[in-house]
Amino acid sequence: MHELSVASAVLNTAVKHADGRRVKLVSVQTGALRQVVPESLRFYWEIVARDSECEGATLDLQEIDALLRCRGCTTEWSPELPVFRCPSCGGSDVEIAAGEELSVDYIEVEETEEAACTAPR
Amino acid sequence: MHRTKVRIVEDALDANNTIARANRDDFDRGQVSVLNLMSAPGAGKTSLLERALAAPLPGDSGPVRVGVLEGDVQGSMDADRLATIHVPVVQLNTENGFGGECHLDANMVRSALPELPLDEIDVLVIENVGNLVCPAEFRVGEDARAMVCSVTEGEDKPLKYPLMFRACELVIVNKIDLLAHLEFDLDKLLYNIDAVNPGVRILQTSARTGEGVDALRTWLAQLATRAVAAV
Repeated sequence: MHELSVASAVLNTAVKHADGRRVKLVSVQTGALRQVVPESLRFYWEIVARDSECEGATLDLQEIDALLRCRGCTTEWSPELPVFRCPSCGGSDVEIAAGEELSVDYIEVEETEEAACTAPR
Repeated sequence: MHRTKVRIVEDALDANNTIARANRDDFDRGQVSVLNLMSAPGAGKTSLLERALAAPLPGDSGPVRVGVLEGDVQGSMDADRLATIHVPVVQLNTENGFGGECHLDANMVRSALPELPLDEIDVLVIENVGNLVCPAEFRVGEDARAMVCSVTEGEDKPLKYPLMFRACELVIVNKIDLLAHLEFDLDKLLYNIDAVNPGVRILQTSARTGEGVDALRTWLAQLATRAVAAV
């Protein structure tokens, strides 16, 4: 439902780092606990990217499963339901080891040879 | 022409979080504690506020002054209701874009700051757009987040919308006056809330009869002490 906002945020981040260069690919990590719908994000991506450096760029989504860890007994598990109690000891001191990502990992930009020499990033 | 990989590793919502921190700084300067109040549409946020704020909130040093920032896609119906009980209220509509954003973000709240009488309030309640998904993703500069979940919504809602239930430090279970008329398993709802967010504070209320509203008033009044403590 908020994928339009997320798509806009991804676009702004990519454009900021593109520095005027043409973007061919944007790689984004989406954790299972963030409730982002990949199909919806791709749909909005095409719309928000129009008329920007990212127009036509591939949105590469890396979907990351949830992984929880009990601080009490160190059990790790991938929950089917979002239950944050340890299945082994019943403890509630549970940390999220993976699944909360919503980040722009990297972009691929087109670069002229000249620019590549002068703009180490 | 060749392709170069540019490593970024940046939270997609970083820009929002930066503005949220700026809002927070402004709230701190005004010694205002801020509550982000969220729920599905129709859970009773406005009715609860009407009931809870009808009389001044007692604080340690005089009444706690409350203001409300009312977020809606369209219209000012909720703000009009709160204005009748003489609470300072500012309406914020999100209707730009694709028929209206489904949540408030930090920038929308920032745009409303000049209208808010921050010097005259101790607690600002930001009533978010009714929605159980999106508001949980966008911080607006709040000190606390709470949600209303009504007993007409189903016992499984915490498992379906875990992000929202985990984002909040208080879950208000509203419309409990209707329990006698519903096939609703309250224990199951409470169990599911605790499974998703173990140990979270839960209040049971009825905005219609007023049951449990005193506990909510006490909780709201105590929010004011957070800003003072932070200074």
